[in-house]
Amino acid sequence: MAERHPLRVLIAKPGLDGHDRGAKIIARALRDAGYEVIYTGIRQTPEMIAEAALQEDVDAIGLSILSGAHMTLFPRILDELRKRGLDDVTVWAGGIIPAADAPKLREMGIRAIFGPGSPTSETIEFLRQMNDEEPAGQPVAVKR
Amino acid sequence: MTTQLLRTASAGELAGRLLAGDRLALTRLISAVEAGRDDAREAMRCLFARTGRAHVVGITGPPGCGKSTLTTRLALEYRARGQTVGIVAVDPTSPYTGGAILGDRVRMMELHSDPGVFMRSMATRGVMGGLARSTLDVVLLLDAFGKEVVIIETVGVGQDEVEIARAADTTLVVGVPNLGDDIQAIKAGILEIADILVVNKADVAGADRLVADLRTMLQLGPERPWPTPILQTVATAGTGVRDLVERIGEHRLYLEHSHTWHLRRADSARRQVRAIVEDRVQRRLEQLTSGADWEARFAQIAAREQDPYTVAEEVLREVAHHG
Repeated sequence: MAERHPLRVLIAKPGLDGHDRGAKIIARALRDAGYEVIYTGIRQTPEMIAEAALQEDVDAIGLSILSGAHMTLFPRILDELRKRGLDDVTVWAGGIIPAADAPKLREMGIRAIFGPGSPTSETIEFLRQMNDEEPAGQPVAVKR
Repeated sequence: MTTQLLRTASAGELAGRLLAGDRLALTRLISAVEAGRDDAREAMRCLFARTGRAHVVGITGPPGCGKSTLTTRLALEYRARGQTVGIVAVDPTSPYTGGAILGDRVRMMELHSDPGVFMRSMATRGVMGGLARSTLDVVLLLDAFGKEVVIIETVGVGQDEVEIARAADTTLVVGVPNLGDDIQAIKAGILEIADILVVNKADVAGADRLVADLRTMLQLGPERPWPTPILQTVATAGTGVRDLVERIGEHRLYLEHSHTWHLRRADSARRQVRAIVEDRVQRRLEQLTSGADWEARFAQIAAREQDPYTVAEEVLREVAHHG
């Protein structure tokens, strides 16, 4: 009996910056778009984020980062996810991320990056697309 | 892969993986159960015999009374005693959008790196009463996985969300001082389900008053074989938590020695059987009576060309014959 149920999304703030306004705004916007949003709070280690993703069995993870440590933290998060068999979870990022870093991050497996001022509707649209497309061999959020 | 894991693995295999300690199998089975999938039901069937060992502790109380913080402290105390812990935290689904913000993990950060704790947030998905539809099944999965204590944290409740008492072996009702005149927040129904009353934020002025009020209220009630203890805690500081864990343990001993344990669990089994049947009949009913044909029939009933009783009879026969 396949039936629609809300997708689950983890909004996490890795690293040491304590500014979670953006994260909270996106969490709220996703809730209003019908998602179940697991919000974990600030100062999360890569292990904590991957653990939360496992225990909550999320379809996607949004990483909010303003500290500039994304090139160090993101690969570690993706690594921790893989260790737990969570390669199929869509990971995207928001916050202050220089355009020059974007190609590398995408190559790592970050599926989208939203900079300051991006309307929340863009993120929602991105998640909808992720959920609709299921190309072969591409890890994307899976409809359940 | 969420789907694939369940599609390619048989229910028995998934259940086996869960019993072998595979947390990915556990987490994906929880999702499958929550989504009401047929294969998940099969897995539950396999696993049921392996459940019933965990001590299920329910925590309920008004919003902001410290349920999450208290849950965290309890979990830490159990871990310090070498017991493994499962947590199910329920938060409300928005009735308008179907979305939810599940924020209990924010207050449970100290638990996140402990492999002896598995914590799952659930949204109510439209179910009233303080729990989600599949909360009981999730508790069973954590139980089968080997968690010795499973803590259920309800949504912030008002006055008559008493479902928790049917799901838990030991129910804690948490109150805080100054929530209203006297004990607005924990009167009648919710007071009666308490196996242990907890006055949290006991360092705040007004706590003594609340304790005294609760005591008076309990004295007015009938005498019970387990006199409901009233405990004071300051969850943020961990004060009183050790005592609370002791009392929870005593309550379990009382249940076992007085045979109440089995009575309660038989009662909960009755409810569970009925809930499963209701759930399936309801899904089937929705299936059976949807679509353009049915819209037309409903219109005919509205126009008095047919009557609802005959039509309902037909549907009932269909449900009875084909399940």
